[in-house]
Amino acid sequence: MVACRAIGILSRFSAFRILRSRGYICRNFTGSSALLKPILTMESKGMWQLFELTLPIQSMLAACKTLQEVTQLSQEAQRIVEKLEKSTKPIVAAINGSCLGGGLEVAISCQYRIATKDRKTVLGTPEVLLGALPGAGGTQRLPKMVGVPAALDMMLTGRSIRADRAKKMGLVDQLVEPLGPGLKPPEERTIEYLEEVAITFAKGLADKKISPKRDKGLVEKLTAYAMTIPFVRQQVYKKVEEKVRKQTKGLYPAPLKIIDVVKTGIEQGSDAGYLCESQKFGELVMTKESKALMGLYHGQVLCKKNKFGAPQKDVKHLAILGAGLMGAGIAQVSVDKGLKTILKDATLTALDRGQQQVFKGLNDKVKKKALTSFERDSIFSNLTGQLDYQGFEKADMVIEAVFEDLSLKHRVLKEVEAVIPDHCIFASNTSALPISEIAAVSKRPEKVIGMHYFSPVDKMQLLEIITTEKTSKDTSASAVAVGLKQGKVIIVVKDGPGFYTTRCLAPMMSEVIRILQEGVDPKKLDSLTTSFGFPVGAATLVDEVGVDVAKHVAEDLGKVFGERFGGGNPELLTQMVSKGFLGRKSGKGFYIYQEGVKRKDLNSDMDSILASLKLPPKSEVSSDEDIQFRLVTRFVNEAVMCLQEGILATPAEGDIGAVFGLGFPPCLGGPFRFVDLYGAQKIVDRLKKYEAAYGKQFTPCQLLADHANSPNKKFYQ
Amino acid sequence: MTILTYPFKNLPTASKWALRFSIRPLSCSSQLRAAPVFVFKLYLKAVQTKTKKTLAKPNIRNVVVVDGVRTPFLLSGTSYKDLMPHDLARAALTGLLHRTSVPKEVVDYIIFGTVIQEVKTSNVAREAALGAGFSDKTPAHTVTMACISANQAMTTGVGLIASGQCDVIVAGGVELMSDVPIRHSRKMRKLMLDLNKAKSMGQRLSLISKFRFNFLAPELPAVSEFSTSETMGHSADRLAAAFAVSRLEQDEYALRSHSLAKKAQDEGLLSDVVPFKVPGKDTVTKDNGIRPSSLEQMAKLKPAFIKPYGTVTAANSSFLTDGASAMLIMAEEKALAMGYKPKAYLRDFMYVSQDPKDQLLLGPTYATPKVLEKAGLTMNDIDAFEFHEAFSGQILANFKAMDSDWFAENYMGRKTKVGLPPLEKFNNWGGSLSLGHPFGATGCRLVMAAANRLRKEGGQYGLVAACAAGGQGHAMIVEAYPK
Repeated sequence: MVACRAIGILSRFSAFRILRSRGYICRNFTGSSALLKPILTMESKGMWQLFELTLPIQSMLAACKTLQEVTQLSQEAQRIVEKLEKSTKPIVAAINGSCLGGGLEVAISCQYRIATKDRKTVLGTPEVLLGALPGAGGTQRLPKMVGVPAALDMMLTGRSIRADRAKKMGLVDQLVEPLGPGLKPPEERTIEYLEEVAITFAKGLADKKISPKRDKGLVEKLTAYAMTIPFVRQQVYKKVEEKVRKQTKGLYPAPLKIIDVVKTGIEQGSDAGYLCESQKFGELVMTKESKALMGLYHGQVLCKKNKFGAPQKDVKHLAILGAGLMGAGIAQVSVDKGLKTILKDATLTALDRGQQQVFKGLNDKVKKKALTSFERDSIFSNLTGQLDYQGFEKADMVIEAVFEDLSLKHRVLKEVEAVIPDHCIFASNTSALPISEIAAVSKRPEKVIGMHYFSPVDKMQLLEIITTEKTSKDTSASAVAVGLKQGKVIIVVKDGPGFYTTRCLAPMMSEVIRILQEGVDPKKLDSLTTSFGFPVGAATLVDEVGVDVAKHVAEDLGKVFGERFGGGNPELLTQMVSKGFLGRKSGKGFYIYQEGVKRKDLNSDMDSILASLKLPPKSEVSSDEDIQFRLVTRFVNEAVMCLQEGILATPAEGDIGAVFGLGFPPCLGGPFRFVDLYGAQKIVDRLKKYEAAYGKQFTPCQLLADHANSPNKKFYQ
Repeated sequence: MTILTYPFKNLPTASKWALRFSIRPLSCSSQLRAAPVFVFKLYLKAVQTKTKKTLAKPNIRNVVVVDGVRTPFLLSGTSYKDLMPHDLARAALTGLLHRTSVPKEVVDYIIFGTVIQEVKTSNVAREAALGAGFSDKTPAHTVTMACISANQAMTTGVGLIASGQCDVIVAGGVELMSDVPIRHSRKMRKLMLDLNKAKSMGQRLSLISKFRFNFLAPELPAVSEFSTSETMGHSADRLAAAFAVSRLEQDEYALRSHSLAKKAQDEGLLSDVVPFKVPGKDTVTKDNGIRPSSLEQMAKLKPAFIKPYGTVTAANSSFLTDGASAMLIMAEEKALAMGYKPKAYLRDFMYVSQDPKDQLLLGPTYATPKVLEKAGLTMNDIDAFEFHEAFSGQILANFKAMDSDWFAENYMGRKTKVGLPPLEKFNNWGGSLSLGHPFGATGCRLVMAAANRLRKEGGQYGLVAACAAGGQGHAMIVEAYPK
């Protein structure tokens, strides 16, 4: 639960979108001639052209080792796409499914675009999320097609645009509604129909009956006119650049380069623009940030698979105990995937609040037009709220999300086991209580597993699944299958105090307290952590998690791990709790929180507490950079130790867990990628320096030391 | 045989009808296999030589249609535009009274179907019945089930009779698309209701101060499916595309419907139409939507729903129609006792429903095989098909679905296809595309068309089928009453 609360804020961070965009499609760089061929054959076929823009993802640039190679690839892609654009025969792009990245660049080089109006059909340029830019002419064509502001928005955020929105923007020219069952499977016939429609339009284009030009609205015309004035353009560039700098804090090079390339194309002509695009593309792909982000992308793909295989029995009926923030959140992501879900709580008030939370979550989607009100209602009918155990005899899985108290969890486990069928799995949503201790009172420990969700459940993508030694393989397979159904990115870790995520966070939190004790202002600390790439400042994180929760975890894990988890004085948290400064939930923590007020003011009552626990700062390890590294190295060291101890199975899972669950800077790619890219030796050096000042808490773990000793050793080969 | 037929000999000739009635149920027994053949040869000019049984069921009362009428169906916004729905319904009811001369007090119950309800006459059946001079002791209720509302009115009546609750039912339907209720916006309604409750001037003023001009934006009755927000024309266009029905096929079918309707009108076959003297206007005597055009003319029209490449146009869709229908339904013995010569039996019927998004208009495909199976008939036994034509594309898509093994296997859970209704027996006197489609009234028109066709063309069984909004469908077997 520690981590859960903390991360709510993370999703606001734009670079996180990478992890949300599904079905990522990139250009087929490795075999550019293979791309050329189908296009040529189609050209010989007739006046119309059609291709489904789902080129297979290749391990994009894995083959390219040098900057020149990458630049060359970009130029080659530019040439192929230009061929399409210059074709004398009209080419119509028929789009069904994801049309992202290279696919979109091919599409916008065609004379006309027709897309299915399906939820699956999305268009976008997600390259920025991989730390790159659209390298096949996209940066040059897109501004001409949809206007500079919209093009920059697409390329800088990497967001996926649904077909109807794309039509409004002028990104596609016509929409085709997906068809239902007919004489063939719906999907097959829809594509066939899309082709038929595309052919009629291609014929129309060839006969000049249809104009590829689109009628623009008044606002669009005005914007287009305004953009012809150099002064206005300069202002737009300036504004966007400012905004990007503010959001990326200079940690991500891609957005600024994208603006640069777009600017070059508009101000100096397309030739200069294309050249600039290919060069900058090469430069970006070679950056550490790009490698880190691509690593995350691959890790995410990995964590979207069920390594335990298909479970023997699909979970269709789910029961959730506890309708709190977590319980209701889990219910929300379950019902909208069609799972029949029981939400049980002990009191009607708690249950009401939980059901309202689910409804509100769905209703917000209606407001954003992601759902219709009818779909909301039919989804909501999958949820049953109740106070008793009726219907549990049909449950395939029970997830408990009751208060973090071992004896309470024992009680509900026993109650539930009395009513559930034999095959039913009992999953515990806990952030720190060891699963084996919970399972100790179970009649069937092989059916007990941990499922650690992060709050808010509907926004946070990570799910940490914890297996004990007794947990059966089929139980794990079932839990992963449910998590995947709920749309989660899943890491599977071994049982232990704090599992993986909470355990990594704890030493860092301890260091936060010490830094505050040393007299660093919470605002200063926040800005130091965010400028390192954390989406949430460290002091704010404590407030978000809840000071009482942080105290619990610090005490619990402190007991188990002893001195290594020391550093800050837990007394600080104790005093805060006693004064009622519990963080955001109580309105006061390090900051003061008021409903409807965005600006955060420091809580001046904290001064006396901080003053009473003040530690003298050690000047040799208190520079801004040192403070940042004291936090990060403790985190990284603990993460590596989790791998060393076998809590983690792979470094990839460690990176995904840290970035998706705890907000580890995505530009660093996660603790393991960070060690690889930054250098194990340098990190060990830092740790040793801090060890000299503070002692054991900074002792590098064996695995990290091994990596430092042999520079060829990497977590990612 | 002798024992069974013996009593007949002793019957007075006056009750000939009762004789025929009583022989039919017996025909199911194995010893009497030959009897029906005999009966048909005698009483029906049936061309078929195959053996057909009647669909009477033991211990269940036979329900007959004595007769049915309808007002002429008019394009909305024409002669009926100043009327209210109950005026039209009343016209149908008085027409029925006139046609059948049924004593008003004999009617046990009146049921009407309607779709877009006039708020002032939400139980339009009752308002129309009172106005038409039916006894104020005869209860009436209104049902709604989209385009099969009148079907629902009829089958409700069938149920009441079969279960012995009633003997004489008037069922019908009405739709007036010339005038539809347009509401104030929800915000405005709320403001007005709150104002009603406000006690002091201060409260009133504070409420009025909340008024914004956008409150005045009116709320039109929904033309789209509530669950999917898709209009029916749009869905029909997608359905046609899913079954690869071309624009030309649709136009050809629409032309057929108009041509056949014109022919039927000219030959005076549409005998269910009763003239209606519209107050302040001339007497309306015939449907005004029948306009046979040419394929060239039709090809010029632009798609009405999926623009610019769809296939459903104004010419191959049914149009907004005003009209009402009414029908006198009785228990057979009651009809005979009153000296009527019924037109048809109402036999097995079936309601189905499916996905309102992608199979919105496939009701006939699903309902047809089910009702045939229930009645123990096959496609070949049907002599007159009367299907509701919402759109050409919808009818043709249903044809293709019924003709597809793949569709039957994958979506209907059948091993083989339903089979195609032969076109020469299909909607021979026009359909909703040409005659018009007043939502609430079409069901009765279909049944009367089937009954009248069976009488005119000869034949024993008619099949009525229709689709409706909400992804629902209906089918019913109409059996000709022996002449």
